[in-house]
Amino acid sequence: MENFLASLFTFQGFAFYLFSFLTIILFWITVMSNNVLYAMTSLASGMVLISGFFFILGADFLGVVQLIVYVGAIMALYSFAMMFFDATREIKEKNTNGAVVFVLGGLSALMLVLMFAAPIHSESIQALYPMHEGVGNAQDVGIVLFTKYLVPFEVAALMLLVAMIAGIILAGKKMDQSLTEIMDEDAGEDEILTQKDEK
Amino acid sequence: MIGLSHYLIVSALLFSIGLIGVLRRRNLLMLFFATEVMLNAVNIAFAAISHFYNDLTGQMFAFFVIAIAASEVAVGLGILIVLYKKHGSLDLDDLATMKG
Repeated sequence: MENFLASLFTFQGFAFYLFSFLTIILFWITVMSNNVLYAMTSLASGMVLISGFFFILGADFLGVVQLIVYVGAIMALYSFAMMFFDATREIKEKNTNGAVVFVLGGLSALMLVLMFAAPIHSESIQALYPMHEGVGNAQDVGIVLFTKYLVPFEVAALMLLVAMIAGIILAGKKMDQSLTEIMDEDAGEDEILTQKDEK
Repeated sequence: MIGLSHYLIVSALLFSIGLIGVLRRRNLLMLFFATEVMLNAVNIAFAAISHFYNDLTGQMFAFFVIAIAASEVAVGLGILIVLYKKHGSLDLDDLATMKG
């Protein structure tokens, strides 16, 4: 308890506890909310706070990439996609079978215990690509990324290109028709049919 | 002081929240949000290990996780739009066409 209070009054400790408290609450809202808009907004703000974690940890470039790619690109993509779906409607979901949740939850708890037990066996970890003193994080990252990780980097670029083409082809069909209008027309035709039947 | 285990515990908590979401969600869009939560939790663990072991490999893996997340979202949202055009809903129970 004293440790906790002492660490709370350092800059790093205060920022850590604030960010972790807020991210946990925000992601809990993301997971539990029945409204797509609330879920998306809390997810976006949680991602901004996670970039704060990266800045505390000295991974400046990673934090900036998190802000640009996650908050800027991915959330914008989600909000564009939400325009296709009816976002104002409350989402109704059935609760799943209790036994299935129990078994899956037990298995994932086991997995978590294994994940935490693993570092005990890995005391002899040595840094493959150590950070350099006096060199900025972005420079350090750039040197390692373009020497040791050049091939994965290029493969990732190719993967993003393939994903872009796939996204365009999948979403681009029948883009001249509005989805909600198609739904309304279908509903309207159904109503007309039922009215005819009644007559 | 804040050590590696603090970050790992926060990361595990966030990962569990994402896992709960994946298990309980029936809407595909919300399922995607839950996977994003899990990916972010793993990124925190990578950055923390990278900082405390003074090694850049963790940050490299976090970059590749972000790249994979971006392409996953691009393809996944395309598939969601196709499914929504076809079925008119994103509910997993409505989409289950293989009745056993």
